[in-house]
Amino acid sequence: MADLFARGEKPEYLFWVGCAGAFDDRYKKVVRAFAKILAHLKISYAVLGREETCTGDPARRAGNEMLYQMQAMQVITLLKGYEVKKIITICPHCFNIFKNEYPDLGGSFEIYNYLQFMKEKIESGDLKLNASLVNNVKITYHDPCYLGRANDIYEEPRFILDKITGNFEEMKRHKSFSLCCGAGGAQMFKEAEKGNKEIFIERTEDALSTGASVIATACPFCMTMMTDGLKYKNKEEEIKNFDIAEIVVQSLGL
Amino acid sequence: MTRQIIFSITLLITLAVFTFTIRRLFSYFSLTRKGFPIRNPGKRFGIMIKVAFGQSKIFRKPVIGFFHSLVFWGFCVIIFGSIEMVIDGVSGSEKALRFLGPVHDFIMASGDIFALLVAVSILIFLARRLIFQIKRFEGIEMKNRSHVDAVIALSLILLLMISLLSMNTGYAGYRKAAGAEIYGFYPVSAIIANLFSGTSEATFRVIYEASWWTHILLIFFFANYLPYSKHFHVFMSVPNVFLSRLEPLGKLTTMESINREVRLMMDPATAYSAAPADATPERFGVKDAEDVTWKNYFDSLSCTECGRCTSVCPANITGKKLSPRKIMMDLRARMREKGPLMVKNGRDFSDNRSLLRDLISEEELWACTTCNACAKECPININQPSLIIDMRRYLVLEEASAPGELKTVFNNIENNGAPWQYSAEDRLLWTKDLEMNIN
Repeated sequence: MADLFARGEKPEYLFWVGCAGAFDDRYKKVVRAFAKILAHLKISYAVLGREETCTGDPARRAGNEMLYQMQAMQVITLLKGYEVKKIITICPHCFNIFKNEYPDLGGSFEIYNYLQFMKEKIESGDLKLNASLVNNVKITYHDPCYLGRANDIYEEPRFILDKITGNFEEMKRHKSFSLCCGAGGAQMFKEAEKGNKEIFIERTEDALSTGASVIATACPFCMTMMTDGLKYKNKEEEIKNFDIAEIVVQSLGL
Repeated sequence: MTRQIIFSITLLITLAVFTFTIRRLFSYFSLTRKGFPIRNPGKRFGIMIKVAFGQSKIFRKPVIGFFHSLVFWGFCVIIFGSIEMVIDGVSGSEKALRFLGPVHDFIMASGDIFALLVAVSILIFLARRLIFQIKRFEGIEMKNRSHVDAVIALSLILLLMISLLSMNTGYAGYRKAAGAEIYGFYPVSAIIANLFSGTSEATFRVIYEASWWTHILLIFFFANYLPYSKHFHVFMSVPNVFLSRLEPLGKLTTMESINREVRLMMDPATAYSAAPADATPERFGVKDAEDVTWKNYFDSLSCTECGRCTSVCPANITGKKLSPRKIMMDLRARMREKGPLMVKNGRDFSDNRSLLRDLISEEELWACTTCNACAKECPININQPSLIIDMRRYLVLEEASAPGELKTVFNNIENNGAPWQYSAEDRLLWTKDLEMNIN
């Protein structure tokens, strides 16, 4: 972004990669997949790169409002400095905070979650998915809390997956009834409290009982949790956990 | 005339006791903090019609939800009949609203039918409470008192419906036996009256009179029992839905007091501008009952302990201590305990107990994933996560208390701008091997 801005160019979108996208080895592949889609669509966009920082979400949900607001003000100042208007996010937690929480601190931008963005591009005909490349595999989808209940994004992922496979199977608990993967509210970064089961195992069991061979997710934390769940159940060889962006890339033959 | 006097005195006593209780419960609102302002009445009205009168969220559990909606809609129509009874009682008339003609017929007929439907639903509810082991009705917060309370409230409603039906039967029976015109339609009671067609006019009259008094006295008693019961929700749920939080579930409230501090840090020039007049130093977050917003307290008064929130809580499902229902019940209990003391001795009064730790443990608070399943599920739009987060805020901002791993996360965010300990220099590593030109 800094380079483009110095040259006086203004990309249409800022692609907010997020911390998981930058540092989590598994999720980096998802970022790459979505970058391929953006390139395929010839979208004019930029990333902040080394200037990107945490939105403050984990701090805020863990009760540290002070740290959250300091991060938020820093990010808002940076984005305004680059005259950013439109932001695309892949991480639902970043999406939620940009869309719902930054406006209170003076940071109002046009925010797109990548699923909304891809759905629009499919509808406009720019993104042509080829279902035959995915061989009609049985896919189930785990609703991330921060897309679903938090922001009512239920239809977009199903619309996209429906274009890719005719073999989509809902879990018992889905859409607004969906069960959390266990990582929200900063749980990702700590051990769970004492109980009789890990939440991610409970949720993985929901996914396994659909008989799907691919569990589609749309959140870095959900991805970590579902992947761990598959390992715990010794199913990581037969059943794969992909982000929707990765499945789309496959159906584009990229 | 004696009858009117007795009735009027009973009514006045009922209203006086009710007003006394409500004033006491509502006086605690003055101890709470200001929450969101109540704007957008049009939108709120729409939500009230859909969620409260349309029972939309109750139907998330379709079968039992259907029976609850029968009870709710039953109450909505039967209340008109109760109003007529009060008018009759005070003025000595019989069926005072009969001048409404077909409307009166409709009110009486629907009340009569719903009395039966409500009674059947209540029998199902009682069976669920007493015979079947419904998991949702259990939990650490569900003490014996809660179960007894539920059974008392349900039994009262059942008695109300039985007395209503027998009252209608007596009325229809005696009017028919006397050859007088029957005001209003009573589809169910007319059938019952026909079953006893040999009964004399006088007997029907006695049944009518006795049931009339039983029914109205039960209403008076019920109204005054409710504020002491979880069933206070009969009064509070519709207003609570009207007063719903309108923002997306994913949004947390911004703490203005912290915002002032942050602005001060980032722009030292503001340090010299005067602090706003209402900026009284107050605790960050929630430690005790007086720290909650009026809406949190309203939520707690509206909760009927149905446990739908807890039954969908991922932490609770997997055996953690957290139960969203308990959070609401604890706030209500704590306000009942500390409210009167604060009203008497001032808001700063301390009884060396607090909502945090004495009622709600840190372990419960840290188990929340903020997934909002509880808030989504609540049939009357209670928002449990906002209170959980506000209590976490107290722990972190006032006591610097948090699980060790979260303190590490705070440090990492502060030092390298990410929850993990990686350098910002590495943020573009994902572009490696990507065969495209990105800037």
